[in-house]
Amino acid sequence: MFKTFSKIALVVSLVTSSLAFAQQEVKLLNVSYDPTRELYVDFNRAFAEHWQKTNNQKVTVSQSHGGAGKQARAVIDGLAADVVTLALAYDIDAIHEEAGLIPKDWQARLPHNSSPYTSTIVFLVRKGNPKNIKDWDDLVKPGIEVITPNPKTSGGARWNYLAAWAFAKKKLGSDEKAREFVAQLYKNVPVLDSGARGSTTTFAQRGIGDVFLSWENEAFLAEKEFGKGTFEIVVPSLSILAEPPVTIVDKNVDKHGTRKVAEAYLEFLYSKTGQDLAGKHFYRPRDPEIAAKYAKQFVDVKLVTIDEEFGGWQKAQREHFNDGGIFDAIYKPGR
Amino acid sequence: MKKVRHASVIPGFGLSLGYASFYASLIVFIPLAALFAKAFTLTWAEFWSTVLDPQAVASYRLSLGAAFIGALINLVFGFVVAWVLVRYQFFGKRIVDALVDLPFALPTAVAGIALTTLYAPQGWIGQWLTPLGIKVAYAPLGVVVALTFIGLPFVVRTLQPVLEELEKEVEEAAASLGASRWNTFQRILLPALLPALLTGFALAFARAVGEYGSVVFISGNMPFRTEITPLLIVTKLEQYNYAGAAALAVVLLVFSFVLLLLINLLQYWASKRAGA
Repeated sequence: MFKTFSKIALVVSLVTSSLAFAQQEVKLLNVSYDPTRELYVDFNRAFAEHWQKTNNQKVTVSQSHGGAGKQARAVIDGLAADVVTLALAYDIDAIHEEAGLIPKDWQARLPHNSSPYTSTIVFLVRKGNPKNIKDWDDLVKPGIEVITPNPKTSGGARWNYLAAWAFAKKKLGSDEKAREFVAQLYKNVPVLDSGARGSTTTFAQRGIGDVFLSWENEAFLAEKEFGKGTFEIVVPSLSILAEPPVTIVDKNVDKHGTRKVAEAYLEFLYSKTGQDLAGKHFYRPRDPEIAAKYAKQFVDVKLVTIDEEFGGWQKAQREHFNDGGIFDAIYKPGR
Repeated sequence: MKKVRHASVIPGFGLSLGYASFYASLIVFIPLAALFAKAFTLTWAEFWSTVLDPQAVASYRLSLGAAFIGALINLVFGFVVAWVLVRYQFFGKRIVDALVDLPFALPTAVAGIALTTLYAPQGWIGQWLTPLGIKVAYAPLGVVVALTFIGLPFVVRTLQPVLEELEKEVEEAAASLGASRWNTFQRILLPALLPALLTGFALAFARAVGEYGSVVFISGNMPFRTEITPLLIVTKLEQYNYAGAAALAVVLLVFSFVLLLLINLLQYWASKRAGA
């Protein structure tokens, strides 16, 4: 009697649970950095529709935004992210090194260094470009005030610094000259905000500085927000290819049983829909067809990469930004 | 032989002591112990080179110095505010009283952005100070302003209840016996208020030493000039250098602890003198 009852109970529970599985809502947490907020609001909606259509399952993606370094530390300390979409490979590397949540070769798992969209560093200047700023050389001239955040605390600011370095090295020929150039540039920086959004406020609302070094997408956003005609975007002769990478967090998706949907989520970033949304939110799409559609928006500029120019993020971070690195030396008194 | 067992209103000395020590360990001692443990994963040489780095030393000077000045300013003006709120009746007093708590309630980042907006060279206040050659935002003075702002309620709120307890008649008696105003203040008011003033000062100082959110907006964060120690701690965390960050935190803690201890001793001495 008891046996039959337990058998029935087992069958019933199996049937209900498998039914529940088919319709059960699945949840993903995407831990990202500051400027992607608007992009992922749109993208999450598009992905939910796509997943409903192809897998007949409801998916809800939650978002967490903040400074890239802080977000990476949150994941290391146990924030249960299914996917991370951060500003620098360096911060995702740390998730491997500090917590072992992802394999070492995470960046080889998806096309284009796991960066479905790219951006670059451009100049934002005041209306009419009164100081006539055209290229990186103009930033080291006396009397020019440059606004950029502190590279010790801001991921975006590290791209700015490295872009200036790459330009100087190409033009002046040596690391020693590049170092002098960058030191000169930071002499023109009156305020080092702790993050990119803080710098935007300093430049746009406080009216401080002649030129603001900015992510291309942020520059477009500032132009949109404060109205065209308040600022102008100046594209320098050379800049850096910023590749904000994405990855699933293996240990977390395996625990949550969300690997399949998390992988599909990231792959969808590479689809026509995903690429189009990236372009719409001022990120440069990888897909040539979509890129052609947005070609008018993005000025063609010579772009160098971190890997070619600086031997990857780990090396760049160690030499330039860690304590005792070149950036610290620039500010040593008596220089 | 029958002893009075009900010495206190709340029963169970053993139970309440046990609870108090458990609670204190959970909230204070365990996190602090973890901090010290993390800092001392460094070797002694690494520890000293981290905490004695010139950039770090410059930041202690700013953090502790600005916190000290801010607390001093609050000591004087917080006293005035508390005095006015307790001794006078005026229109809108309730509102002013509520406003004092604002620095508690406001997210510190909001406070920092608001203060920067006011004191930036083109801000409402800054535009009048700039021609006089006074630079507040993006200068050490801005750090003092932010730390004064967040410390005000500590002084006012510790003084208020004590002032309310003071009887006006005592001052009147002093006056009728021929004491000058200054004499009354110095001999009658100050001794009674001293412990509360010291507590308020200590709280305002301790709060200011660790302040991050409001300062980073107004200070400009220039290395060696306007960089506070909590910002250096954050830059260490950005490099995933947890031990280095903990080492700097330990330095701040030790400084604050020594200062708080001194203030406690001073208080002890003051209350003994007042009692004698």
